[in-house]
Amino acid sequence: MKLFEKKIHIGVDYEIAFTHISARKTQTFVVSLAVAIGIAAFIFLNSLVIGFNRSSDESFFKVMPHIRIFMDDKISMPLLQDDTDQYTSVIVNPKITNNSKKLINPEKIAEQLKSKEYVLTAAPWLNINLFYNNGISQLNGSSSGVNILEANTLFDIKSTMVEGDMNQLLSTPNGIILGVGIAENLNIRLNDNISIVSSLGIIKVMKVVGFFKTSNSVVDKTKSYINLSIAQQLMAQGPDYLTDIYIKIKNPNDAPKYISDLETLSGYNAESWQTANESAQATKKTRAVMMGSISFIILIVAAFTIYNIINMTVKQKLHDIAILKAQGFASKSVVKIFISEALIIGILGTIGGMMLGAFLIKILSKVYIGGDIGYFPIQVEPKIMLMGLFVGLLVTLIAGYIPARGAAKVDPISIFRN
Amino acid sequence: MKTILKTENITKFFYSPVEFKALNNIAFEVQQGEFLSIIGKSGCGKSTLLYMLSTMDTEYEGRIYLDEQLLTGLKQDKLARLRNSSIGFVFQFHYLLPEFSCLKNIMIPALKLGKYSREEIEFRAYEKLKLLELEEQALKPASKLSGGQQQRIAIARALINEPKIIMCDEPTGNLDSKNSKIVLDIFKQISKDFNQTIITVTHDIDFAKASDRVIEMQDGEIINQNLKF
Repeated sequence: MKLFEKKIHIGVDYEIAFTHISARKTQTFVVSLAVAIGIAAFIFLNSLVIGFNRSSDESFFKVMPHIRIFMDDKISMPLLQDDTDQYTSVIVNPKITNNSKKLINPEKIAEQLKSKEYVLTAAPWLNINLFYNNGISQLNGSSSGVNILEANTLFDIKSTMVEGDMNQLLSTPNGIILGVGIAENLNIRLNDNISIVSSLGIIKVMKVVGFFKTSNSVVDKTKSYINLSIAQQLMAQGPDYLTDIYIKIKNPNDAPKYISDLETLSGYNAESWQTANESAQATKKTRAVMMGSISFIILIVAAFTIYNIINMTVKQKLHDIAILKAQGFASKSVVKIFISEALIIGILGTIGGMMLGAFLIKILSKVYIGGDIGYFPIQVEPKIMLMGLFVGLLVTLIAGYIPARGAAKVDPISIFRN
Repeated sequence: MKTILKTENITKFFYSPVEFKALNNIAFEVQQGEFLSIIGKSGCGKSTLLYMLSTMDTEYEGRIYLDEQLLTGLKQDKLARLRNSSIGFVFQFHYLLPEFSCLKNIMIPALKLGKYSREEIEFRAYEKLKLLELEEQALKPASKLSGGQQQRIAIARALINEPKIIMCDEPTGNLDSKNSKIVLDIFKQISKDFNQTIITVTHDIDFAKASDRVIEMQDGEIINQNLKF
């Protein structure tokens, strides 16, 4: 019975709120539209940030791993002191002391790294600089000595192949996969031979088994993939010579967390993609701050329209509030009436805003920009949609609560006396 | 006879713009079913007293009892519930909610009280409308009625929760003599037939003459507990 009574109490407050709102349909529509535009802008701008960040990360991950294990330069101690008086202490200029960047026993390290549950792939890698020669034409560039299958899991090479078959590299020890830019500049076709010269002057004649095309023209004009063993030969090194181990992890954003763990495990330096790519990170932050502040300002404006309309309603309805309070509506009920009015507008506006935002995103995602980007990198982000809903309702509650509290404070006597 | 309302030494000060004693040691009793008028010149404190009796003004010294329950010192929410269930209001102006039909206006206090189902409340609201001969106007918006009709709707609204007391502040202040007569007859009927108490603050001498008892106030004090004309 008690519960039943309570239910009816809630009912009449909502009923009054709803009647107030439906008596002012045009006004409600206009204010809801303002809220909708605010929420749509919020959703749109934040989805844009996410889309751009994703696109820049993706293009980055096409050439760089999530984490790279390598041997950092060792700098000599500036002071070699001898306490035994047997030798003389010397002071030297600090300089690099290691003459090789080779990782010792790389296969074993790779195995150990792969045993970590957050590691998806750990690929041995040997980056070398070289010249591509075809007749008298010469281009300089770089090549990665890899196991092509592991490289594929890292950089999805297969999807960038425009001609030939990536797997041919496995069956062709002296095979090479070239960027299309190199092929164009040196006038090379599939199954042609090409000679490459390493920085040590070692020459190898390679058979072209495929071409790839990334969205980055510089990469296409310089980069190639060869088998690891060929790369080791070009550096005049044995089968355990590597410059890096490239690691792919489950969630790229977690990379900095694993660095110290991986350094301990491998005994070498580890570098996350965030560190390797600091300027892009700074760009991302700038973008987030810029869009965030713009969408924040738009939301504030939307909040003011709600505040304004509820405040105006309260001012217009002082007599109604006074008589309701006289009839036994407690302050809580009065707050509830006006908060509900704000919420009706806010919910209409927020839902409208979500639809409008999704519509804008759909339209923009069909706009072709070209270059490295292609289609506009934006899509409907469920997370941002939910955030828009949450922010919309939060803003509504705050903007509605302030005038609603004012309404609850109305002193009926001062109204009746006039 | 049962005492429905009792005050003990009500004293009230206003502090702005200057300190001013609005009411001084007001003590009186009202019986159940009594039709009481309070008269006096403007500024004598009769409206101030009514707002205290109605529990809307809680800043005073002294005590007020409604049906033997002490009102003084109760919390606002509790007072709101008490007003809802036990006190009906009629003002000089009707204060009907313009967006609602007459029927809805009458139903709202009962919906708030929640004692009966919505259907039952609607039925009771029609009963009150019949009592006031306004059942044809039930579904019209409150703003479409004449002044006299609006005031009668306001009376029906005051009656919907069967309150112990109906408090009126100049209920005929805005009405012509014909409508004043109608309102007066309704009040007489309510107090006689339903044994409900009516306390009216008024300037209208004819109205006061028709009530059971008249209290006369002057300068914040009761100077006559039972004025005879």
